[in-house]
Amino acid sequence: MENLGVYAARLAPKIDGLAPGHRACIGCGEALAVRIACKAMGSNVIVANATGCMEVISSQLPATAWDMPWIHTLFENNSAVASGIESALKVMIRKGKIADKGTKVVAMGGDGATSDIGFQALSGALERGHDFLYLMFDNEAYMNTGIQRSSATPYGASTTTSPAGKKSIGQKTAKKNMPAIVAAHDIPYVATACPSYPFDMMEKVKKGLAVNGPAFISVFSVCPTGWRSSPDLSVKLGRLAVQTGAFPLYEVENGQYKLSLDPAPLRPIQEYFKLQGRFRHLSEGTVKQIQEKIISDYEKLKRKVAC
Amino acid sequence: MGKRIGMEVSLAIAEAAKMANVDVVAAYPITPQTHIVERMAEIVANGELDAEYIPVESEHSAMSACLGSSAAGARTFTATAGQGLELMHEVLYVASAMRLPIVMAVANRALSSPLNVWGDQSDLMAVRDTGWIQIICENGQEAFDLTLAAFKISEDHRILLPVMIHCDGFYLTHVVEPIEFPTQDEVNKYLPPFNYPLPLDPDKPVTMGAFAPSFIYTEAKKAQEVNIVNSKQLIIDLWKEFGKTFGREYHPIEKYRTEGAGTLLLTLGSFGETAMTAVDKMRDEGQDVGLLKLRLWRPFPFEELRETVNGAQTLIVVDRALSFGGPGGPAFSEIRSALYGEKKRPKIIGFVGGLGGRDLTVTEFEGMVKRAAEINDTAAEKEYEMFGVRE
Repeated sequence: MENLGVYAARLAPKIDGLAPGHRACIGCGEALAVRIACKAMGSNVIVANATGCMEVISSQLPATAWDMPWIHTLFENNSAVASGIESALKVMIRKGKIADKGTKVVAMGGDGATSDIGFQALSGALERGHDFLYLMFDNEAYMNTGIQRSSATPYGASTTTSPAGKKSIGQKTAKKNMPAIVAAHDIPYVATACPSYPFDMMEKVKKGLAVNGPAFISVFSVCPTGWRSSPDLSVKLGRLAVQTGAFPLYEVENGQYKLSLDPAPLRPIQEYFKLQGRFRHLSEGTVKQIQEKIISDYEKLKRKVAC
Repeated sequence: MGKRIGMEVSLAIAEAAKMANVDVVAAYPITPQTHIVERMAEIVANGELDAEYIPVESEHSAMSACLGSSAAGARTFTATAGQGLELMHEVLYVASAMRLPIVMAVANRALSSPLNVWGDQSDLMAVRDTGWIQIICENGQEAFDLTLAAFKISEDHRILLPVMIHCDGFYLTHVVEPIEFPTQDEVNKYLPPFNYPLPLDPDKPVTMGAFAPSFIYTEAKKAQEVNIVNSKQLIIDLWKEFGKTFGREYHPIEKYRTEGAGTLLLTLGSFGETAMTAVDKMRDEGQDVGLLKLRLWRPFPFEELRETVNGAQTLIVVDRALSFGGPGGPAFSEIRSALYGEKKRPKIIGFVGGLGGRDLTVTEFEGMVKRAAEINDTAAEKEYEMFGVRE
C-alpha cells in the first residue's frame, strides 16, 4: 500500500490550483487535502473560502497561492457567498451576459466554519438546493486561532479550550456527525474523504462536482501542530484514522450509504492515539470506553449501508 | 416620458430595481422592509424580470450572497431594516472594502430592546462607518429616483462602492404617493449594463479578499478612504446627469426657504416634509426660519454644509437616534464637529426625537425653534435635549 502510494502519485493530474509557496505548517494535512481537491476540480471552478488557516496561509497580500478564481470574505458565510456566485452565474448565462463554460462553484471551510459558526448558512444553502460542492476540511479544532475545541473535536482530545486537567479528560462531548446532518437535507451527494487515500478523494471530489445540486464532502485533515504529532506522520495518521474506524470513508448517494473501504477488522484505536499528544493524557479505561464507542458507531454505519 | 402614478413607496423602490434590470436579489424579510422584497419576489415570479431571487435564511447570508453575486459580475440588489441591518453589520464592511457594487434599500427602523418595528434612524447611524455610500430619501419620488441613480453611482468604475438608500420605515415605505416613472427605454439609455472590471472568472483568475497583515492594512484602508472621499464630487456629477435625463436633480444638502434665515432646522429623511410645512407656517408668521435636508450622509458633504449654514445664527439638528452617554445625536455631533473650525458659525442645538415611530408634527418643529431660542438665551452650553419625552 505504501509503495503503491508513491508510485500512484505520478498518475495524479499535474494541475495545481493551490500553488507551492504557501505558508502552511510542515506536514499540514489540510494543505495536502486542498491540493488534492484542486487537482480533481481542475481549473473551471470558482472557490469561496471561509476564514481559517487556509485563507491565512494562501492569500497574504501581496502574494497569492491560488491559480483559480478565489474569494474570501468572512468566517461563517462561505455557503452564502457560494450561493450568490452560483445564482449570479446561472442568471447571467440565462440572460446571455456570459458564456456557459460549465463553471462549478466550490465552498471551502474548516470544521469550525462549517459545523459551528457557518452551520446555519450551510443548512440554508443546502436547503435551497444551490448547485455547489462544499468541502469541509476537518482538523477537529480551531487551529488557526490556536487549537481551541470545536463541535468536531473528538471526545477526550485536549485542546486549549478543552484542556485535560485534574477535573477534566479534555473534550467532554462526542464529535458532531456532520455528514449525517448534511445527509438529512436530502442532497444528492455526501461523502467523507481523506488525503491519505488520494485517489478515493479525487474520485469523490469529481463526483461531488458532477452532481446537479448541493454536494458535501468532509475531508479529514491531520494537523500536526494542533494534534501534537510528528509532521512526517500526517499521511500515516490519516490512514490510521480510517483503519481504526475513527474516521470511516463512505458516501451517501441520494440517501444510500456506501462504505468506500471496509478495514475489517478495525485496528485498535490505541495505534492511532499513541502518535498524538492530544490523547496522551487518557487513561486506559477511557481509551477502552472510546474504543467501544468507535466499534458501536462503526456498526451503526454498517447498518446504514446495509439498508 | 413615462407616467405619474400613485404607488406605495416600497413598491416604487422594487420598481426601480426592476427597471434597473437587476440580476440577483438576495433578501430576508423584516418589517418594515417586507413590501419591497415581497414585490421583488412577485416581479421575478411573474416573469416581469429575469433574475435569481435567493430567499436566504438570514440577513447575514443575504449580504453574503450579495458579495458573491456582485463579485461574479451580476447586478445585485437587496433590502433590509433595523435588526436585519445590524445582523449583516460585519458583512457591510467587506462589501465596501472589496469594492463590490451592491444597492441596498433600508427601511429605517428602531433597534431592540425593547422590540420596536417602527420608524427610527438608529439602524442608519449604527452602520455609519461601514464604508458604504449612504443616501437618505425624503419622499416617494426620491426613493424611486435615488434607488435608480444608486446603480449608476455604485457601478461607476471610478467609484465601485456599495450604496445604501435609506427610507424611514412606515413613514415613507408604507405611504402611497404620486410618483413619476420613466419609460424602460429611458432607463436603458441611462443605465448601461453592469460591467465589473475583474469578476470571478476561471479564464482570468483573481484572488479576492486576501489577508492583509499590519504592513499593508493601513495602506489598504487609506486607499478605501481616498476612494469614498473622491466619490462625493462624482455623486454630485451623476445626480446632475440624472437631473438632465429625468428632470429632477438632487444635491448633498437640499435647501428650503433658507434665504436670510437666522434659524435653520436640519433634518434627515421623511421628517423634512413635515418640517417644510412648519417652516412655511413660521415664515408666514414673520419668523426667519429655513430648512436644510441632509441627503448625502456618506461621504459627508463638509463644504456644502459650511456653505449652506453661512449667515445663520442658530442651527437646530434633529436626530432620530441616540448616542448613549455620548455627545448628542449622531448627526448633531458630526455637524457640530464639521463646523467647529469655522470662524463664524451658528450656535448648534441638537434635539433627539421621533424615536421608535413617535411622530414629530408641525407643532413640535415650531416647539423646537422656540426651545432653541430659550437655550440660546441661557449662557450654559447644552449638549442636546430629547424632545417630546413624557416625564
